[in-house]
Amino acid sequence: MNSFTFTQAPGVAAAVREHAAHEGAAYLGGGTNLVDLMKENVARPAHLIGLKHLPLAAIESTPDGGLRLGALATNADTAYHPEVEKRYPLLAQAILAGASPQLRNMATNGGNLLQRTRCYYFYDLATPCNKREPGSGCSAIGGYNRVCGILGTSESCIATHPSDMCVALAALEAVVRVSGPNGERTIEFADFHRLPGDTPERDNNLQKGELITALDLPANGFSQRFSYLKLRDRSSYAFALVSVAAALELDGNTITAARLALGGVAHKPWRDPEAEALLIGQPATADTFGRAAARALAGARGYGPNTFKIELARRAVVRALRQATEMTPAPDDNAFQNSNP
Amino acid sequence: MSQTIARPPDIHLGTDYIGRPTSRVDGPAKVTGAAKYAAEFNVPGRYYGVVVSSPVTKGKITKIHSAPVLALPGVVQVFSHENAPALASLDKSYKDDGALGGSPFRPLHAPRILFSQQPVALVVAETFELARYAAFILKIDYEAEPHATDLETQRDAGFEPGKGKFGFQPPPAPRGNAKQAYEQAPHRHEAEYTHLAQHSNPMETFATTVEWLGDGNKLNIYDKTQGAHNVQRYITKVFGLSKDEARVVSKYTGGGFGGGLRPQYQVFMAVLAALELKHSVRVSLTRQQMFSLGHRPHTLQYLRLAADDHGALQSVRHAALAETSQFENFTEDVVSWSGLLYQCENVKLDYRLARIDANSPIDMRAPGAATGSFALECAMDELAYKAGVDPLAFRLLNYAERDQNENKPFSSKKLRECYHQGAAKFGWENRNPAPRSTREGPLLVGYGMATGCWHASQQKAAAKARLTADGRLTVSSASNDIGTGTYTIMTQIAAQTLGLPLEAVTFVLGDTSLPEAPLQGGSWTAASVGTAVKNTCDELAKKLLGLAQKMDDSPLAGVGFEDVQFVDGQIRRNDDITQSVVIRDVLQASGEEKLEVESGATPDTAKQLPYSMHSHNAVFVEVKVDEDLGTVHVTRVVNAVAAGRILNPKTARSQVLGSVVWGIGMALMEESVMDHRIGRYMNHNFAEYHIPVMADIHDIDVVLVEEEDDIVNPLGVKGIGEVGLLGVAAAVANAVYHATGKRVRDLPVSIDKLL
Ligand SMILES: Cc1cc2nc3c(=O)[nH]c(=O)nc-3n(C[C@H](O)[C@H](O)[C@H](O)COP(=O)(O)OP(=O)(O)OC[C@H]3O[C@@H](n4cnc5c(N)ncnc54)[C@H](O)[C@@H]3O)c2cc1C
Ligand code: SF4
Repeated sequence: MNSFTFTQAPGVAAAVREHAAHEGAAYLGGGTNLVDLMKENVARPAHLIGLKHLPLAAIESTPDGGLRLGALATNADTAYHPEVEKRYPLLAQAILAGASPQLRNMATNGGNLLQRTRCYYFYDLATPCNKREPGSGCSAIGGYNRVCGILGTSESCIATHPSDMCVALAALEAVVRVSGPNGERTIEFADFHRLPGDTPERDNNLQKGELITALDLPANGFSQRFSYLKLRDRSSYAFALVSVAAALELDGNTITAARLALGGVAHKPWRDPEAEALLIGQPATADTFGRAAARALAGARGYGPNTFKIELARRAVVRALRQATEMTPAPDDNAFQNSNP
Repeated sequence: MSQTIARPPDIHLGTDYIGRPTSRVDGPAKVTGAAKYAAEFNVPGRYYGVVVSSPVTKGKITKIHSAPVLALPGVVQVFSHENAPALASLDKSYKDDGALGGSPFRPLHAPRILFSQQPVALVVAETFELARYAAFILKIDYEAEPHATDLETQRDAGFEPGKGKFGFQPPPAPRGNAKQAYEQAPHRHEAEYTHLAQHSNPMETFATTVEWLGDGNKLNIYDKTQGAHNVQRYITKVFGLSKDEARVVSKYTGGGFGGGLRPQYQVFMAVLAALELKHSVRVSLTRQQMFSLGHRPHTLQYLRLAADDHGALQSVRHAALAETSQFENFTEDVVSWSGLLYQCENVKLDYRLARIDANSPIDMRAPGAATGSFALECAMDELAYKAGVDPLAFRLLNYAERDQNENKPFSSKKLRECYHQGAAKFGWENRNPAPRSTREGPLLVGYGMATGCWHASQQKAAAKARLTADGRLTVSSASNDIGTGTYTIMTQIAAQTLGLPLEAVTFVLGDTSLPEAPLQGGSWTAASVGTAVKNTCDELAKKLLGLAQKMDDSPLAGVGFEDVQFVDGQIRRNDDITQSVVIRDVLQASGEEKLEVESGATPDTAKQLPYSMHSHNAVFVEVKVDEDLGTVHVTRVVNAVAAGRILNPKTARSQVLGSVVWGIGMALMEESVMDHRIGRYMNHNFAEYHIPVMADIHDIDVVLVEEEDDIVNPLGVKGIGEVGLLGVAAAVANAVYHATGKRVRDLPVSIDKLL
């Protein structure tokens, strides 16, 4: 860990100013990812700006019937908020499938969006990694890439975005509110994270110094039919190998609206409009789900150790859609997952 | 007579502690934080040393750019092979009690790099943060050479290690003709079973605080170890210190699992820095650096078994190939169990090593047996299916009444009772033998079982007992408590032997100023240190009786030691227990301030030699598998263990519970995965090296099967720290087969292998 200076910012504008005034500045949310990365010397900020005193911890209804999640509300407070539990249970489920109670108590909503990949090589300075050190090469390709991506990968990087919460936010079409040196703006969730392309060092489309202030959830929370299915190497406290957020609306047995997002497979929460389109107007049957799953994975590519994810993701999509239709908890993972919080 | 431990009296006695469920005497210290671990001794003014690890797997250091680091205010020194002082020159000085055949690794000795993450420098600074920063910016140039780290590519490079480390026996000579018997038998099975390296990763990372005492070269060395004397011998030999100068203290150990059986490099580095700088120094390793230490080796096992039409085993062939380093031969007993567990006339066992560019492996909980029993017990299950016999019935059918490897009877063996009691508790008879036959909703349910066997051994140990006039007894021996319950069971033995309340007895361990005890390992501590404590307390009791008889009008006058009992704080006549003396009064009447005895115990080899001495277990497991998604949950485990006399059912049960959790991890999650292009374990942290969490653990039932054994040692204990792990991984894999019809022979049974 390098030496750094630290200020606790009193407000949003002050935080943004602090950032602009210091080369190598970084915002500090709960610190559960940033501090780890500093200890491993992967992140080396020169100046940290504490956000604790910013008035961004509230969770409030918006005039258009949606819900605004403050960027500094913790993951735990968000998941257990009565409005989230009632109107956005998919989001609650996704958050609670992630990390551990202790981490969720510390982690903030803003930080969750910006957590970095868990690719083994990204964390190990002894190995080349384009995301950590642009141009040095990608060790995961041709190496141990069990946790890496199968969709939207590039020759420069095959890392995944590891968040669970973001998979639900993508399915729910949240909007990210940011405040920066050039004022405020909003970013559609689908446009927030990036594919690696040839700039894998950039995880998202935030501009330098921009601060996340809130996440806006639209009115429709798909609270009647939804499922967050997470598959991992143990029953809790492990990142997703594959996860699926599925949300449906049905008229009888006919699907009238569908959202499908995958986690653990790409550099961003993966949504495929064509796969969703294959569901609309169709009966909620295994066949329909299978077609959507096949479409969602059509462009998938395995890299050896992670090739199993293609088949696993296909099956997970089918299962999650079925669970959403029947509103039965996953027979094993969800059942065990519920003992998690 | 002093309270005999082998046969407890019928009447319940207040100080009859042995066999009674007793909470850990060190529990309060641990939960309140009063218990201090090696990195928690805050000796004043200490420096901090941070280890720099090699990013290169093989090659050499060409230059260490220390100057910019040394220029930082507060950085004290950068130690490396360039400036380390001349130390002992012969390999034998570096050989500790757990040393292997070959040439031990010497930290900071030469520019040569032998394995990835090899420690190459120690940066010492006035604060931890500065030392860590300085270690990060220290630039080192390397010249890398091609390396080979994959055991798979060394299949043809295997060699027989011969005798290696202490206690290792090469596999027994073949008996009968395994090949011919195999070819003639109607039911045959052959397969390969594998697992990658595993790292034991105790929660407490390795750390040492060296306190510089200033008087000559006097040091207090607070170390994380499983053997204080072992570390002391190593340090005195390597640094040319006297025992008086190098006191090693290890009061609490946050998990050992074998990693602490050898002095690890942080103790070497901390001592080196302290001696050179004449200053106190602390060095602790990071979690990532824990993956630079020894590990359970990557092992490939070939099993070939055959049975006749009645299910009688006809042939056993078990050959293992395991990794070792370029500089030492790590040996463990992987295959002998296959000639021991079942009756069979035709057995051929082989054990070979192959070198890779990695650090030497080290013993990891039930070393060898955990590996071998996984393969053997999976293969037995496969053969049972081929022979059309229930897996449990198959094992009973081939039950070994005698150790055929050694041609000796067992000192005791209640494995049959383990099978029966375990099966009854588990409900094995409800099992439909057909794979894929049992469903619960969308889940496939499977039952599997397996067996384990572990050495019951005893080593030489010494102890000291001191009774003071206030009626308090302090017993000491330089053993360790690696979470096993040593503090508690030794307190129980001492209290019962002298008839004192538990609260009046203190057991002290983990300090080279105490009488020597063997390394805390091999499940032998209860037997070794326990017997030493018992003998020492018996001798103290005899002295006490002598003093009691000198008291005025002593009711004990003239009686022999055999004619009295020490109970409830009194010495009483056996023939009339109302004729007694209060122990507290004895010292006071004698005018002595204290009574002290130092004694010990050595194994009675003449008595033990004719026998094969082992503990056994039978494990029954239920799994539920979501076949579509490849997820496995171990929903029920019954582990029936016969390990001689159980000194404390509470801590014994904990040992077995921990073993089961460990076994579930071994079965479903654990593996240290190398990227062979760079020769480095890549999942070197707790986020990616998976071990079970609470949500993975469901019902675990421990059955402690009664077993009497007066051969193993006077206490009749066999040790229970390791045996409970055996068979767990195999039972899980067998249950997965029963549930799904799929055999996974390459641990762990992860999602990808079941899709
Ligand atoms: C062992 C472990 C297991 C985990 N398992 C999971 C899991 O299974 N699933 C999962 O989803 N997550 C998991 N996590 C990750 C966890 O969810 C994230 O670490 C957490 O959400 C990050 O939030 P934070 O507030 O602590 O962020 P920080 O660490 O404080 O910050 C992360 C990044 O966000 C930036 N930042 C923070 N707040 C803002 C803001 N308001 N505006 C702009 N930038 C900001 C920081 O500068 C930094 O770059 C795990 C973490 C650990 C350590
Ligand atoms: S996948 Fe991305 S993060 Fe991983 S090594 Fe390659 S470039 Fe680095």
